[in-house]
Amino acid sequence: MDRLQQDNLFPHRHLLGIADLSASEIGFLLDVSDSYIDVNRGPNKKQTKLRGQTVINLFFENSTRTRTSFELAGKRLSADVINMSVATSSIKKGETMVDTSMTLNAMHPDVLVVRHPDSGAVKLLSEKINGAVINAGDGSHEHPTQALLDALTVRRRRGRIQGLIVAICGDVLHSRVARSNIHLLNKMGAQVRLVAPPTLLPTNVERLGVEVFHDMRTGLMDCDIVMMLRLQTERMRGTFVPSTREYFHFFGLDSDKLAVAKPDALVMHPGPMNRGVEIDSVLADDITHSAILDQVEFGVAVRMACLDVLTNNLRADATGMVS
Amino acid sequence: MNSVRPSAQGQRIALLNARLLDPSSKLDQPGALLIENRQIADFGPGLFNEGTAEDVMVVDCAGHCLIPGLVDIRAHLREPGAEHKENLSTASKAAAAGGITSVVCMPNTDPVIDQIALIEFIARRARETSAVKVYPAAAITKNLHGKELTEIGLLLEAGAVAFSDADRAVADSLVMRRALAYAHTFDALIMQHPEDPTLSTGVMNDGEMATRLGLMGIPNIAETIIVERDIRLMELTGARYHVSHLSTKETVDVVRSAKARGLPITAAVAAHHFALNENAVADYRTFAKVSPPLRAEPDRVAMISGLADDAIDVIVSDHAPHDQDSKRVPFAQAANGIVGLETMFPLALEIYHNGEIGLLELLAKMTVNPAKLVGLDAGEIKIGAAADLVMFDLNAPWQIKIDKLRSKSRNAPYDGRPVQGRVLKTWINGRIAFDIDIED
Repeated sequence: MDRLQQDNLFPHRHLLGIADLSASEIGFLLDVSDSYIDVNRGPNKKQTKLRGQTVINLFFENSTRTRTSFELAGKRLSADVINMSVATSSIKKGETMVDTSMTLNAMHPDVLVVRHPDSGAVKLLSEKINGAVINAGDGSHEHPTQALLDALTVRRRRGRIQGLIVAICGDVLHSRVARSNIHLLNKMGAQVRLVAPPTLLPTNVERLGVEVFHDMRTGLMDCDIVMMLRLQTERMRGTFVPSTREYFHFFGLDSDKLAVAKPDALVMHPGPMNRGVEIDSVLADDITHSAILDQVEFGVAVRMACLDVLTNNLRADATGMVS
Repeated sequence: MNSVRPSAQGQRIALLNARLLDPSSKLDQPGALLIENRQIADFGPGLFNEGTAEDVMVVDCAGHCLIPGLVDIRAHLREPGAEHKENLSTASKAAAAGGITSVVCMPNTDPVIDQIALIEFIARRARETSAVKVYPAAAITKNLHGKELTEIGLLLEAGAVAFSDADRAVADSLVMRRALAYAHTFDALIMQHPEDPTLSTGVMNDGEMATRLGLMGIPNIAETIIVERDIRLMELTGARYHVSHLSTKETVDVVRSAKARGLPITAAVAAHHFALNENAVADYRTFAKVSPPLRAEPDRVAMISGLADDAIDVIVSDHAPHDQDSKRVPFAQAANGIVGLETMFPLALEIYHNGEIGLLELLAKMTVNPAKLVGLDAGEIKIGAAADLVMFDLNAPWQIKIDKLRSKSRNAPYDGRPVQGRVLKTWINGRIAFDIDIED
């Protein structure tokens, strides 16, 4: 049993965050994801790995692209996929969450894909679930599949992650994407910079192993990768930046600011974009720099890989191979 | 009913072979104590050297410590309005087991304790249901809204021992100025919850941990800013002022220097702020969510040095019971609070056992200091005082088990924590309110 456990390249029941993973585990997920890119580009996209299994997308927060991506990933693996959007009232939504998850658990889903507006909520929910849980974004905490698809995009376009200079720009304070990416890029040996006004940076963020800049032109200097973040006005209480106009002027990405980065610098965005707020519209569509559509494409492959690996573990668990 | 049990009124009880400890008189010596007519009739080293009379009931303390009953001036007892979380009866059992014989309850009940009828209600309910003595703190502002002052003078006459807006700061500077100035007329004590609401929109301590967890932080300055402002208002009004519970190193420094300038400022610390740091909330443990939040390690250490050098006068439980539904939710939505009546004393004794503070000095923070602050005739061993006493084993090691807590709610982040020092017996007015041989 110990030997089998040692041989498991991803010995986790759930995927709750990048912080819990090692570099080799991340590398393993990316390798599996890679193989699914080819499947998705081929004529027969339907695999049978999850035939007979149930995947529930449980979303306590609005989402179109992430939910669709997970839905497609599950269906391409022949799982029965059910989408549940739970409207959250402002009062007592936590009770709803725990109750809803226990109700769903009684229906024996194999995988629960969960998004929730509160940090830590997906972990809390996972404690009540017998199957596997994939965190599809919890508050400002983590969004592991987004970081994995970003890493896959970088690896496909640049051939490596190790040693690259990556600038993550914008609303880091409210961003789960930024936190997952900081963890992942550090573990994989990239050099991470953050560029944002102080009001959009969390306290002591430099202790996560990043270099902090408040000016785009110095922060983007010689960068290989520029990751733009969405300004999350829906999470903001009070004023963090005076206006979107001022924000775009100083922190929005345009070709002028990008000019200081490496000539072949890659521009990424987790979407949905606010054109003219954090990114210039022309630049977003510029195929020489923009990797935004690759990110969307590889997202499906990454999610197929996660479903594949976690359901494999569930089967191994049933036979006593994973603790 | 009373006729079947021997009435405490006439009974004489001799507590023999005790280590008598009284912080107010700096007494620390072996001796005995006589309870008569619910009061301390006599005590000292030579007492009962010649033996005891036949009609005296004898309790052998076996060399254990005998101290005045502890006085806790900050507890949320949830009655009226949230009796599903706690009531005066369950709270009083927890208090007695924790060596606490007098409790000041906070006014954040439903309805709020902001008028005379509620003071009378608490007094009556305590008389009918509580084993320990309960004294209400009344609200500083009506409905805790921070706008209009309550009838401070009348509430004081009715029995309020202090004034506090419980878990809210009086944030408006003008309202606070008037509260201090007006309370000064009656020498009423204003106890401030030190947290600027506009700077404390977060849910845990600000810093690396909050950043990693993706939770909004509450910075240390949210506390310091309020206390520094209030010190200016003290100087302006001449009023005395009490920081109901502080959590940051900076606030301890500010209080210490204000004391050095001779201002009548006092401060308390809740047991969890010297027993735990922010690491307790890792993994989103809502049982460790409390207001003000658990801080970084240097802040925790500053609480202990503040106690040792008397910058901090009082230790409180800040007992805040919550049911499962209030805590089994995502961290940001969870209620603030830790139950503390039973754990305050053993957690405080950790500081003594670690050699940070003398035993009498530590005991003073839970007996005579809080009693004097709110004007209670309690917390001292003296002839004629009510026989509110605690016998405890200073060195007994044990483990806190939250499923054994007597409080109606068990939201404490201490499960399995090893502690040293255990309450054996608690007397209130000369009657046993807790006896470990019977209850444990």
